[in-house]
Amino acid sequence: MTGTELLKRTPLYAAHLEWGAKMVPFGGWEMPVQYSGILEEHAAVRERVGLFDISHMGEFLVAGPNAERALNDLFTNDVSGIAVGQAQYTLMCNDQGGIIDDLIVYRLEPSVYLLIVNAGNIEKDFVWMNTHATVSAVIENLSDRLAGLALQGPAASQFFDFSAALPHFHIQRQEVFGKECWAARTGYTGEDGFELFCEATDGPHLWRMLLGWGEQFGIKPCGLGARDTLRLEMCYPLHGNDITEETSPIEAGLTKFVAFDKKSFVGRDILVEQKERGVRRKLMAFKMTEKSPPPRPHYTIVADGRKVGEVTSGTQSPTLGTGIGMGYVEATEAKTGAAIEIEVRSRRFRAVIEKKPILKRGQ
Amino acid sequence: MNVPKNLKYTKSHEWVRIDGRIAVVGITDHAQDELTDVVYVEVPAVGAHVEAGKECAVVESVKAATDVYAPVSGDVATVNEELASAPELLNQDPYGKGWMFTITISDPGELNELLSPEDYAHHIGA
Repeated sequence: MTGTELLKRTPLYAAHLEWGAKMVPFGGWEMPVQYSGILEEHAAVRERVGLFDISHMGEFLVAGPNAERALNDLFTNDVSGIAVGQAQYTLMCNDQGGIIDDLIVYRLEPSVYLLIVNAGNIEKDFVWMNTHATVSAVIENLSDRLAGLALQGPAASQFFDFSAALPHFHIQRQEVFGKECWAARTGYTGEDGFELFCEATDGPHLWRMLLGWGEQFGIKPCGLGARDTLRLEMCYPLHGNDITEETSPIEAGLTKFVAFDKKSFVGRDILVEQKERGVRRKLMAFKMTEKSPPPRPHYTIVADGRKVGEVTSGTQSPTLGTGIGMGYVEATEAKTGAAIEIEVRSRRFRAVIEKKPILKRGQ
Repeated sequence: MNVPKNLKYTKSHEWVRIDGRIAVVGITDHAQDELTDVVYVEVPAVGAHVEAGKECAVVESVKAATDVYAPVSGDVATVNEELASAPELLNQDPYGKGWMFTITISDPGELNELLSPEDYAHHIGA
């Protein structure tokens, strides 16, 4: 492997090696792709509980009397709609309506916000926000100072006394195993769970304590491999694959995260036009209907014998035991239930367009 | 990592067991460990001609597709059909039930090019 020496390491790097992780490069970071195995880790999160290192994700603090206005001009969703302690999924677009990043905004105080951005986009986002803010606000990049741990799965609620008082998509300052952290009831797996953000130096302690306490529930440390299969079953987009600066929220099916009633925000004009006139391609989800190799990014999507699109994410769904994926197809072909084919090494395999998420609850 | 003494190896992590004119081929313990959970296996067609060093099969894990190369030239004699429904055999028993295909060897001289267990163990740093 080349260039490993240029990769950044999270505060949990030593813990990963100790737990037998297989490390891979991801978004400029050296991250665990798996410990015991992707299928086993995936099952642990769906059935019990799993623990992920998400310290590679970026954290920005945005503060000041103008913070709300600054964020509302930069992001597509309306941050004025969330109360202190609440979270919101939103998008940051460029002038062409292309998605610079997708992120979670937490309102910590009336005019203090915590943003969680994608690892590979930290520097780009920071520069963009500073150069495109319409009003002055303090934007602080805390990414190197904080560790992040995601505890995900149905048993996650049994870890903390504060679980019952912390509703879904909310955040609170809490003490966890003696360490102060921001505890958010959010995640990227489709299961109940928490994302904890603490001082980098407290990360290894929390990692150890959570895994120790979780033994009674059969907890597994989980890598990026399971993180990817879990999020793809739920059709959560991955920036860089399913959404990029060349695709818009309308094309990606994320229109509900665009607050058109806001008078201005970056990309508004073109997004309004796309919403009114329609778009030529749409991000759809699909499931293989015959035995096939797992779909992969860039595989051709075929309908009626001709190319209608391309896969952006694909995998073998551990829960369903079949190939699943997402990809952009011509809007006229993007109909739930429509038969399509995925081309793998010059052979075509049958698939069907699915309503999102691919994994229906109770399955 | 398990490197049985009765087999020959390639640098691309295939193992070969020589039974007279037949070469039984699979991927090594090291290879299956690197690949992680195997979820799909594409074996060559019976009767297909394969060339030493050329890709002739594909093993897919959740994360990636990896080519398998023919260790020797010849015609594919049999394939392990069980792998279609049980690809995990490559992880569970790479040198036994996880065998992939057999080749009728056309040039026995090519066998000299294969690695000994000692050389393969050195190659993977074991």
